[in-house]
Parts: sequence; C-alpha cells; structure tokens
Amino acid sequence: MIPLAFEYERADSAEAAIAALARHGDEAKLLAGGHSLLPLMKLRLAAPAVIVDIGRLSDLSYVRDEGAHLAIGALTRHHDLATSDLLAAEAPLLRHAAGQVGDPQVRHRGTIGGSVVHGDPASDLPAVLLAMRASVVVRGPGGERTIAADDLFTGFLETTVGPDELLTEIKVPKTAGAGWSFQKLARRSQDWAIVGVALQLGDQPGIGLVNMAPQPTRAVDAEAALSAGASPSEVGRSASAEGDPSADLNASVEYRRHLAGVLVGRAVAEAQGS
Amino acid sequence: MQISITVNGRERTSEVEPRTLLVHHIRDELGLTGTNVGCDTTSCGACTVLLDGESVKSCTLLAVQADGESITTIEGLADGEKLHPVQAAFREHHGLQCGFCTPGMVMAAVSLLAEQPDPTEHDVREGLEGNLCRCTGYHNIVRAVLAAAEGSQA
Repeated sequence: MIPLAFEYERADSAEAAIAALARHGDEAKLLAGGHSLLPLMKLRLAAPAVIVDIGRLSDLSYVRDEGAHLAIGALTRHHDLATSDLLAAEAPLLRHAAGQVGDPQVRHRGTIGGSVVHGDPASDLPAVLLAMRASVVVRGPGGERTIAADDLFTGFLETTVGPDELLTEIKVPKTAGAGWSFQKLARRSQDWAIVGVALQLGDQPGIGLVNMAPQPTRAVDAEAALSAGASPSEVGRSASAEGDPSADLNASVEYRRHLAGVLVGRAVAEAQGS
Repeated sequence: MQISITVNGRERTSEVEPRTLLVHHIRDELGLTGTNVGCDTTSCGACTVLLDGESVKSCTLLAVQADGESITTIEGLADGEKLHPVQAAFREHHGLQCGFCTPGMVMAAVSLLAEQPDPTEHDVREGLEGNLCRCTGYHNIVRAVLAAAEGSQA
C-alpha cells in the first residue's frame, strides 16, 4: 500500500511549521512520528496534498519539571516517556500507559503530541490526559493558547486544535504518591484496546475511557461515585452506563459496556490498593 | 527528492518520490531483500530494521524520514562470515520455521537486547510483541533470544 502522491516539506523550526500551515491551509498535514497519519495515508483514508515533516524538531522533545506540573514536548516519543525517571516519580500513570502503546517499534517512533492531536478514541494516551486533568499548549499564527484536555476532543478524530495550529507541549499535573491504574483489554498485546481505562486518584479523581465513545472521554458519573466513596464494583457499574460506545469486529456495544464496568472496577481496586 | 541514508555502514544516495515507504526503498532501490513486507499495516514486524540503533517498522516510515540517518538491515548484522550473536542463537536454537518473520524477529531482538541486555523470558515475550510468527514458532525464538543475551553476558 502506497500513499497518494504529496508535496513534502521539512520544517526546521516550530515557526516554520506554523508558517507552512498558514501557506497551505487545509491541504497540509503535519507529520511527526507518522504512526497515526501514515497508516491512514497508506489506506488512502487520508490524502493530504502537502506533508510538513516536523519529526526533526528535537527541541520539542523533552520532559521538564516545572514546579506544580510537568511539561512534555509534543515530539517526545512513547519510548522516551516509558523510560523517563521524572515521569516514574511524578506521573507514573502516564509513564506506564506510554509503555503500553502499540509495540516497541511503534513506541520508538510515535509521539505523544501526534497521538493526542489525532484524537482517536482507541488511543491510550488521550484517556490518560483526561484522567490526569492535563492540558495542551498549541501555537498558531495568532500566538499561543492552552486547551484543557476536557475541551480538546470533540468527535471521531476531531479536536479543537485548529488546522493552522501546532501542538507544542502537554502539561501534566504532578501526581506523586496518588494511586493510579491503567487497564486495557486487547485481543493481542500490540492491538488497540477494545476498551481501556486510565484512572488517577487525587483531589479530583479522574477516569478516562478508551473506545467507549466516538472521542476519548471521561466517565464523569463514575468519578462522582468514586469521590463519594462508592465501592470499586459500584464505580464500575456507573462507568458501564456512560459514554456512547459503538460496535465493531471486536466487540458489541453490550460487551464494551460490560468491559468498561469490569475494567473500571479493577482500576479502582488497584489504585486504592485493595 | 534526493536523500542520503547510511545503510549498513555505507552511505547511499538516491532520488525518491516523497511517498516512497522506507521498506520499498530498501528492497527495490537498494536491493536489500532480506527485509520482508508482511502485513503492510504496522502489525507483523516482518519489515523491522534499526534506525539509529532502534527497531522500527519500515512499512510505516517514509524513506525521506530516514534521510541523513543510519539504518541497519538484516544484511548488515553479520561480520563477514561471522554471524551476529542473535543470528547465531536463532540458528543454534532453531528459532524459525518458515523463516519469513525471521529477519524482523532478529532485528527486533537486537534492539531489545540493546535496551535490556539481561531480559527475563517475560521481557523477551513482551519485547517481541510487535513481531508475529504465523508458524507460531515463538518458543524457540524466545529461547534463542535468551541464549543470545546469556552469551553476550558471559
């Protein structure tokens, strides 16, 4: 399978990438690690006329301690997240989940920013960002703005990042010492989750769901139940009624709801250490 | 567009269409057919090569993304007649049946051992999760990788 022909440009700075987007409008797509975009282009589900390669912007690959939160460069690869000592200490949920994305080869190329802006409900990291109350920084012709993860995912492969904007950074609150859990059921270990759950305890417990709606989504009723002291199985029951899952080759709607209940229950029990 | 990739230690300059996938470039332009195209969908790992020492699936990279970088294919592992320790271990432990997945398995194993020189059996099975063997010959593959790790520890 070969993508449709496109024009290829390599951006040597974030500003150059933003300028290229301004120049080409809707015709252009940014290419980071390429592990969401290239598969779509090979299947010809995506056929951008222009590819702007930002994969070499190494100054957008970092994990930094910024006091109350961590700042993660958009081009930081899953492999780098999964082996980060700083994440191990301050955001272990994200570190663990990054190590569960795809397989080692995918983690060597795929980036957190690429995964997030792709907005795929089947991806692991968007659910983690939702659970952790993270936010993202995007830069465009009008300057920089910050979008809360809650306001980011609007529909299937749709986000509020504009076609002329570049996601540059992810801000993740520090969660050292708080319980967490990441649960994922897949047919084979490298597969997308049929259903996945990211759970972060803390002042505001967060539960992000994978593949339980057209977009990455939070289980807000289950979060409320958890805050109110409900048992793991009660929280799970609440989560199973949330979202808007669809059926596919792997699972019916009923099975997805069942899985969400079981996996959220397990996540709560694991995060609470019971 | 002109690209230059160091392939198995030798710089190779070529003219490519931007949409050319790295695996097609390796096989069709560079003539290195040890790297296989399996699923063509980032699942099976048959096309695994090393990009700057790390395993990647060359069906999911554009050749232009490897411009200026260094890649190692299965042909670049042996030192003349002397097999790479992972290759030797695959032969010794019969870590293959039909052989189609083998180049990718070996490259994934080399990358795994570079990151985890002393893996447990579980580490090896997890570390090879991106490579499928449709003969289901995993048992000897895992045995071979563990033997290669032990050999290089000694």
